Amino acid sequence: MTIKTNRRELLKGAGSLVLAFEIPGAGEAFAQTAPAAPGAAPAAPAAAPAAPPLPGSLRNNPKVGSWLKIEAEGRVHLLVGKVELGQGILTAVSQLCADELEIDMKRLRITSGDTRLVPNEGTTAGSFSMPDCGTAVRAVSADARKILLDLAAQKLGVEADKLTINDGTIRAPDGKQTSYWELVTGQEFAVDATGKAPLKPASARKYVGKSVIRLDIPPKATGGQIWIQDLRPAGMVHGRVVRPPQYDAKLLSVDAASVEKLPGVLKVVRDGRFLGVIAEREEQAINAAAALRRASKWELPKEAPSSDTINDWLLAQKTKDVVIKDQAKPATATSAGTIEATFKRPFVMHASIGPSTAIGTLGDDGTMTVQTHSQSVFETGAAIAQMLGVDKAKVHMQHVQGSACYGHNGADDAAADAALLARAYPGKPVRIQWSRNDEHKWEPYNSAMLIKTKAEVDAKGDIVNWQFDLWSTAHGTRPGNNAGNLLPARHLEKPFAMPVPVNGGPPNYSADRNAIALYDFPGHKVTTHFIETFAARVSSTRGLGAYSNVFAIESFIDELAARAKADPLEFRLRHLKDERGRAVLQKAAEAFGWSKWEKKAGRGRGIAFARYKNLAAFTAIALEVEVNPSTGKIRVLRAVAANDSGDVVSPDGVKNQIEGGLIQSLSWTLKEGVRYDASGVRSEDWTSYPILTFTEVPPVEVVLIDRPGTPFLGTGEASQGPTSAALANAVFDAVGVRVRELPLTPARVKAAISA
Amino acid sequence: MTALKVNGRTHEVTAPDDAPLLYVLRNDLKFNGPKYGCGLSQCGACTVIIDGQAVRSCVTSVGSVVGQEITTLEGLGDINAPHKLQKAFIDEQAAQCGYCMNGMIMRSKVLLDNNPKPTDGEIRQALDGNLCRCGAHNRVVRAVLRASQEA
Repeated sequence: MTIKTNRRELLKGAGSLVLAFEIPGAGEAFAQTAPAAPGAAPAAPAAAPAAPPLPGSLRNNPKVGSWLKIEAEGRVHLLVGKVELGQGILTAVSQLCADELEIDMKRLRITSGDTRLVPNEGTTAGSFSMPDCGTAVRAVSADARKILLDLAAQKLGVEADKLTINDGTIRAPDGKQTSYWELVTGQEFAVDATGKAPLKPASARKYVGKSVIRLDIPPKATGGQIWIQDLRPAGMVHGRVVRPPQYDAKLLSVDAASVEKLPGVLKVVRDGRFLGVIAEREEQAINAAAALRRASKWELPKEAPSSDTINDWLLAQKTKDVVIKDQAKPATATSAGTIEATFKRPFVMHASIGPSTAIGTLGDDGTMTVQTHSQSVFETGAAIAQMLGVDKAKVHMQHVQGSACYGHNGADDAAADAALLARAYPGKPVRIQWSRNDEHKWEPYNSAMLIKTKAEVDAKGDIVNWQFDLWSTAHGTRPGNNAGNLLPARHLEKPFAMPVPVNGGPPNYSADRNAIALYDFPGHKVTTHFIETFAARVSSTRGLGAYSNVFAIESFIDELAARAKADPLEFRLRHLKDERGRAVLQKAAEAFGWSKWEKKAGRGRGIAFARYKNLAAFTAIALEVEVNPSTGKIRVLRAVAANDSGDVVSPDGVKNQIEGGLIQSLSWTLKEGVRYDASGVRSEDWTSYPILTFTEVPPVEVVLIDRPGTPFLGTGEASQGPTSAALANAVFDAVGVRVRELPLTPARVKAAISA
Repeated sequence: MTALKVNGRTHEVTAPDDAPLLYVLRNDLKFNGPKYGCGLSQCGACTVIIDGQAVRSCVTSVGSVVGQEITTLEGLGDINAPHKLQKAFIDEQAAQCGYCMNGMIMRSKVLLDNNPKPTDGEIRQALDGNLCRCGAHNRVVRAVLRASQEA
């Protein structure tokens, strides 16, 4: 076995030199994939072997060196395309990497979401971070470990399987040793991953399966510089954008000159109906933006959809209809009755506590650098390049953490705002931060939906035929390399047109995510009525259509259980064969104390279940409420969630996601609905759009079913759907009324009780 | 020139008297702790402590607090020597994104200064005006209880 080390200078980083080395024959797995022609660029992937696809995001980013670098001073550099959104992904992948490489986690540094440095893993969304990134990091780290072991075997003259590794130091039985850093410091892994290197068994894991302190929490608790809001590059100036009062408002006139005279104002930018200001100080920019708003005259549309009539609007639109499940009822199944119901939910907003922020800088070389908390730095960067009319190589996006992200919020639009203002003010970093009002009114919401269900039951009350029809506007209008999806690009003098939205198809689905129930109904038909027009700006929000679809499925099955005079848990199990689904339902019931629960006046219990997307984590939720019959007010007394996310890397990380999602879903379900009309969005702050507060949050218990060695199942959105139905079911149990329209406000519950 | 007493030190700042304290702390003095969340005194992300009171710095003018003792999150402790509340928030992993954490810790500091052994209910009451969107509420309450049990 020979090692050919090709010490050519290939990349220059910040003060460090990275070289490539090739290891033909260093392990048979590399023999066919490693050789690169001398002089070939290291980033060029080797000829793809006809083999099964590599695991996770390695599929599109096979080069080991694009993920891992062995650096000087005992450091290892991990580079990932997925980004931290508050979900703890960077800590989880660090745990995986450290375990597979057998190093202390402290040796790791991570770069994520920099379009010039990291592998392109697409958007950080859809509960895909662990399946995509976690799986890739685990496999690539195992590959790197094997490469390093083979190199050490050669250097020490000992068989690789006789060597042991302890924190990157490799020892032979005779005491001879070397280390990762002695072997390859500063050189790049120029080979493709195999996805075949053996993974650490559960028994040999040091970090995976344990709840380590999340890397980002200590600096966040002590005022460390970690947020995008905390970046203060030299020479930074402050920008603000003035949005139209309503989506389709026309700008009639603006007196920019009066604003240019205000203290600290450096520039007023007008391009079509895109209005912005740049000032020396932040409060000056805010004041100037307020003045610019006063100095602008707008014409509102005469007619526009209103939140008051959204249910009629949804049913009145032209739709694209797709039958996504069509399983005819067997001839042997006899129907003894038909039950129908209609479920409705309004628009709901992400409403991050920290408004969207970005910094744009137009450099001397024409490069637009944008610091952003976008979930999709690559696609958003390409969309911004299109908006600016420049090559996408001229836009450099760098992810920096922002306030929690529950889907496509204002982050990408703020990045586009910053780029437009920075273009108008070259050479200086221009920072933009949306106001609370901007964030509430202009972020894309989770679409309102309407769902009609119909079931035929037999003489025992069991379901023999199930029909599910849903109406929804889009759930995905992400930038996706298209400037027309960026809000400010649509407001320019030469506006970019918004593309006609499409509904995501199988297996993840979008509006119809989780519309196919996991239950085993003899007849089962699901039809999506997709609306391509808009009543309000919408895009991906935690769970997409799953929140509404699971609300409808799990409410309706509860109605059918009550009609059959069956226990809601037992009735579900009667219709569900999926073993892991049954297990979470039973686990939640056990933790809740379902079988020994005693009914008291005004109190009720509810249970609901879903497997997110029918392919990610399994979650069952049971909760107890008290309903005041005279006011209709619901108090949630306690909640229990059982979750199966497959192989659990960080138990506390999974619990945090499930618990947080549950509480957020309670807030949506109890309180939230965006109000808007022809004058614009009326839900413009925390008073006009209240969310759940400390005194309203119930105790939450999360129990996990860990399945080491099985695939990671995405967790982040798994509790949104089941929570809504568990709540409605508990209200039904408490006061005997079925409320099928969200949110479950006191007025709505009271009206149902009085009806 | 305005003299501001922050975290036990006097800082000279050049800012108009009507500038919100939040921007002066963040931009002139480069403190990261207080966060902009709403600018409307509705969410609590910008909370600082002024003469023992939890104050929303987004609606407090810098001219109104000259000569008063201002404490930011950085004034409680740092990453190497965190205050017991900061340590408790870390130990309880009392955050999902953590953007609201500054306000949670600062409001809880004032609570514990006035009521060293609060009940779960008293903590929830004290924090009811501090918004969290991620659903980390119960972790925050556990962190405050934990801190209250430390000497």
